[in-house]
Amino acid sequence: MNLDLTEEQQMLKTAARGFFEKEFPKTLVRQMEEDPSGHSPGVWKKMADLGWIGLVIPEEYGGSGLAFLDLVILLEEMGRACLTGPFFSTAVLGALPILAAGTPELKKEFLPRIARGDMIVALALTEPSATYEAAGIAAKAVQDKSSYVINGTKLFIHDAHIADYLLCVARTRFWSKPEDGISLLLVDARSPGIKITPLLTIADDKQNEVIFENVVVPERYLVGELDQGWSVVQRLLEQAAVAKCAEMVGGADWVVEATVAYAKERVQYGRPIGSFGSIQHALAEMWTEVNMAKRLTYYAAWAVEQGLPCSMEVAMAKAMVNEAYKHSTRMAVQIHGAIGTTRDHDVGLYYRRARQAALLFGDTDFCREKVAQEMGL
Amino acid sequence: MDFKFTPEQEALRKEFEEFFTGEEKNAPEDWVGGHEADYNTEQGWAYHRSVAGKLAKKGWLSLPWPGKYGGKEIGYVEQVIFNEGWSYHRVPGFNFQGLMILVPSLLEYGSEEVKAKWLPPIARAETEWCQGWTEPNAGSDLASLTTRAVADGNDYVINGQKIWTTGAQHATHIFLMARTDPNASRHAGLTYFLSEMDRPGITVRPLLMMDGTHVFNEVFFDNVRIPKEYIVGQVDRGWYVSMAGANFERSGSATVAGSKRDLEDLVQFCRETPRNGQALSRNPIVRHKLADLAIGLEAAGQLAYYCAWMQGKNALTIAEPSASKWFSTELWVRLSNTGLEVMGLYGTLKQGSKWAALKGKFQSMCQFSLGLTIAAGSTEIQKNLIAWVGLGLPRK
Repeated sequence: MNLDLTEEQQMLKTAARGFFEKEFPKTLVRQMEEDPSGHSPGVWKKMADLGWIGLVIPEEYGGSGLAFLDLVILLEEMGRACLTGPFFSTAVLGALPILAAGTPELKKEFLPRIARGDMIVALALTEPSATYEAAGIAAKAVQDKSSYVINGTKLFIHDAHIADYLLCVARTRFWSKPEDGISLLLVDARSPGIKITPLLTIADDKQNEVIFENVVVPERYLVGELDQGWSVVQRLLEQAAVAKCAEMVGGADWVVEATVAYAKERVQYGRPIGSFGSIQHALAEMWTEVNMAKRLTYYAAWAVEQGLPCSMEVAMAKAMVNEAYKHSTRMAVQIHGAIGTTRDHDVGLYYRRARQAALLFGDTDFCREKVAQEMGL
Repeated sequence: MDFKFTPEQEALRKEFEEFFTGEEKNAPEDWVGGHEADYNTEQGWAYHRSVAGKLAKKGWLSLPWPGKYGGKEIGYVEQVIFNEGWSYHRVPGFNFQGLMILVPSLLEYGSEEVKAKWLPPIARAETEWCQGWTEPNAGSDLASLTTRAVADGNDYVINGQKIWTTGAQHATHIFLMARTDPNASRHAGLTYFLSEMDRPGITVRPLLMMDGTHVFNEVFFDNVRIPKEYIVGQVDRGWYVSMAGANFERSGSATVAGSKRDLEDLVQFCRETPRNGQALSRNPIVRHKLADLAIGLEAAGQLAYYCAWMQGKNALTIAEPSASKWFSTELWVRLSNTGLEVMGLYGTLKQGSKWAALKGKFQSMCQFSLGLTIAAGSTEIQKNLIAWVGLGLPRK
């Protein structure tokens, strides 16, 4: 057992903290929230040059060749900074399944471009069914000679509006169990028949409705085996849940620190409000929950990195992180008082993100049910 | 980061697991385990003494100690593995007060004479220690204690009263704090004493828990003479002596492992018990309650390991074990109450009836678990420590 960050991870953390403080201040976060693209190509290019977009892409495909726990460390800092833009979509949701299931040709074609920051990928998974279960996939891809033709509606698709490619999860075999007959296809986002409509969300992150109408995709853009895509999606959902946990825990760290600092400064009744027991205990609870959540996140991340069966560990981490982030941001607003409820105050950025992120890749009820199954209930 | 045990740790875990699995089978009839249950009945105490003797023979009571005192110098992570072993299997034999609270102070502050006199009998399980710190008017505010120790020749004469003294009815010895300098500031005038329990002037009176179990006691000191060489550390420095190892003690790994076992029993009960035409385990509300407990236990277990890891590097702050302590004990209270409610009316039945669920353990836990969120620094004190020391919030 060794629970320390490696020296390299510590360096990555420090570098990322410094980079985002300088390159992605809260003024830019706010600007990006209002901007329809939500994307800053300048910062994106710098992140690519630092090797961060291809952090876990092997060196032979132009990446940095680091491991999942390193990515988790980087994502924590991104969550702390409220980074907007397509990093999560591209580097996590796009790159990981290509890396896990793509043919060597596909990897050669896509991964170096992703690592260089030349290609944005969006995962087109969820649909109006709004679930991460296989039964929720209704979009169809029908083979037509050496192509597939996709029809269906994808919903809540982050960054589709700026994506070069959409990784579309579609049903290729029918009348079977929901998990069977699902395939993944990389679709050129400029293909005829794709209609993308932006959605406005609580987090001002950039989600979209994506309608596929007779969209033709060459057969070679199939990621993984035909009809066997759900196992790839399942693995991806575990990775994505832990990656999201890391972002959330990073945000929660900032929230606790900022609220502690405010409680030391803000004076009422002639003393700092942080000297009152009720405020102290609220902060102690926030700190405890966030640290518990962080321990579970690292544990799950390690299990993911080791390739161990870990659906229980991942579900536990996500459930704990969801609740800790929601609670800490809610209490942070309370302790800040009225100013915390305003559009101008930073704490609201985190409060809104917590409510969005808690529903991504497993809300708390979904995770608890998963844990219940794993417990033998 | 690597959460896997080293091969040596894994081998130790297996060895502990094998021993405690075997000892669990020797439990007296109707034994349900639980925190310090060994003190409550004669059969429980006999079970404790029998296991303690075997642990001593294996050298397992002194595993973390330095080699020169007969220990094997195992690390903190290994200690967590050990504590998980006995706690999960509900096996007594481990004099927690003596081994987890007294020994770290002896090792850090005791003179060579003191160590030579007291450590070997502890390792051989010849002594059973209770802890004489809390007083009727010095609970959370421990430093306000008023038991007096006055020098007289080669002795100190002790007068005062201790309370909530776990296991004093069985203990052979007590370690206590008494005020040697009433004019010094609160923390400065205290001294750390050791004593046999059979010294003239010591009286033990039981304090029964609300479920009738006898774990706590009052201990009265009436002109009790204790030789000067029974002092650990320096006179008037007792507060600091008592702080040795206090961080790690609070990290709570044993509580978590015991709770995991209770939860497993509850899961099994829900699988086997029909209610309204289906197994309780099919009820979504029950499923989510139990899953939520499992998540909390896993988080608390991971934090306990983290505390052990940091303690091993001598880098443990006060905040982490405080977080672990309040969270894991509050979780045990929640587990007790959730279990009782999930079982429904059956849950309230005490042991003895064929209708009692899980030998009535959960109704008993509902009462007994309350002590844990108070003892060793209440939940409120732990949150204060996190706020004051961990987060640097002002006290005024």
